[in-house]
Amino acid sequence: MRQALMLAVAAAVAAVAPWPQAMAQTEDPVAADFDKFRAIMEEANPAELFEAKGEQLWRTPRGPKNASLEQCDLGLGPGVVKGAYAQMPRYFADVDRVMDAEARIVHCMITLQGFKREDLAKKPFSSATKTPDPVSITTYVAAQSAGMKLAPQQTHPKEKAAYEIGKEIFFYRAGAYDFSCASCHGVDGQRIRTQPLPNFTRPEQAIRAIQGWPGYRMTGGVMHTLQWRLNDCFRQQRFPEPDYASEMMSALLTYLTVNAQGQEYKGLGIKR
Amino acid sequence: MRLGLAAMMAAGAAVLAACAALQSSPRDGALALMQRDFHAEGIAGMDRLKEDDVQAACNKYKDSPPAELDAKLRGKQYAGVKWPADGKLLGDWKAGEKIAQNGRGMTWRDKGGVGGGCYNCHQIGPDTTSFGTIGPSLYQFGKLRGYGTDIQRYAYAKIYNAKAYNVCSQMPRFGHVGALTEAQMKDVTALLMDPASPVNR
Ligand code: HEC
Ligand code: HEC
Repeated sequence: MRQALMLAVAAAVAAVAPWPQAMAQTEDPVAADFDKFRAIMEEANPAELFEAKGEQLWRTPRGPKNASLEQCDLGLGPGVVKGAYAQMPRYFADVDRVMDAEARIVHCMITLQGFKREDLAKKPFSSATKTPDPVSITTYVAAQSAGMKLAPQQTHPKEKAAYEIGKEIFFYRAGAYDFSCASCHGVDGQRIRTQPLPNFTRPEQAIRAIQGWPGYRMTGGVMHTLQWRLNDCFRQQRFPEPDYASEMMSALLTYLTVNAQGQEYKGLGIKR
Repeated sequence: MRLGLAAMMAAGAAVLAACAALQSSPRDGALALMQRDFHAEGIAGMDRLKEDDVQAACNKYKDSPPAELDAKLRGKQYAGVKWPADGKLLGDWKAGEKIAQNGRGMTWRDKGGVGGGCYNCHQIGPDTTSFGTIGPSLYQFGKLRGYGTDIQRYAYAKIYNAKAYNVCSQMPRFGHVGALTEAQMKDVTALLMDPASPVNR
């Protein structure tokens, strides 16, 4: 019943998108409308469907090794999911590097279940017809941190190094258009067309990098994680393509999450 | 055997790069990680990660290089502007409007340059209210600046290479990197400079 309702809402939303761009003015009524709409939508967010699917994938023995993910250590001990997302990225001694949530989930799927990285990295983002398993699982894991304060770990030297490296990457201008992340996300109050561009170098705006991800994106009606968001921003930055769930992405996510630390993560969202 | 050795060396290099990522300066670490954790896709090759002299100076000096270097780089960028052989700087403003509206081009999904995406960053014509605000308003550009050859040349060169005037501008170098053709740049210049263009009415 609830699922049917959510599907109906999802269909309605898909019909509404894309947003009428021409309406935007400086005070941005489009953004205001969207915020109202989002508040209603989040009552029955289609993202919950993917959370449910992700939970099932987490618990079910799968892959060449026919194992579940219940022994996966997300940083709080094997199998502990509650609160783990809000405390990542963090250092993992078994791989001797910092990992964000999706990178860690992919790691567990490889080591515990026997999946192959090449296969998982081939088509890592959702399309109209397919939602990759790591996306659903990340959605499930993230939802179990809803309402918690972001507390990415910054004690291990490699955690501190990841922050500094992520910061360098954020400001690194290159590519065909000379852009860095900061070209679009380094100044207050700017926008591209009608889309407001948060300034992620400021703590109170950096939360907007994390909030609502993983999110159900109305454009196309698909579920996406931050891996997708950053991938698409690198595309718009006219860079080459980042490797999925790579250490470079974990460093960038460390920079963004640490800038937002201490603020409440509200759980799965709706994105335009 | 040969191959095995090459593979081992490649793997060794990757490990070294990763180690460097953590032991040296954050910048060296970032460069090593980016080198390892990006791949070429479509037209977006790995060469795009390499800084040219302008990018290197802007990265090194946080977008404000020392005056002398700044002037030197601007001069070099300006010298690289290729002026139209026929001497005409204004094309068709209607075609220019389409190019200004189109924000596609130069990503790994594109085949090359497509549009200029000017509206992504600038207010331009009176009918488009969904403009971005990264750059200043260009509405009434010709009317306010004058329609003379000097301003025509400024507009054309700015579009060709924004860094010829402002080394660390956030505006792309459309002609310099081949994102727009000469004909397209003339059309966009006309959008800003033709007295008949809605920008100036
Ligand atoms: C050319 C401009 C541009 C560049 C460069 C760029 N972004 Fe974005 N970014 C956008 C736009 C446009 C959006 C979508 C805003 C919206 O939908 O409201 C966005 C959204 C985001 C979001 C999601 C914000 C939210 O509200 O959910 C994150 C996180 C993000 N960008 C990070 C980055 C990072 C990290 C980089 C550098 C790798 C980067 N961006 C580079 C334009 C850019
Ligand atoms: C990513 C954002 C961006 C894009 C895309 C962009 N510009 Fe700009 N532009 C800027 C910024 C920022 C400035 C102001 C800083 C400077 O002078 O470089 C600027 C300045 C200018 C100026 C000088 C204005 C003056 O008052 O002297 C002109 C002319 C101009 N842009 C034209 C264009 C045209 C035409 C296009 C499309 C082909 C375009 N721009 C695309 C960001 C952009």
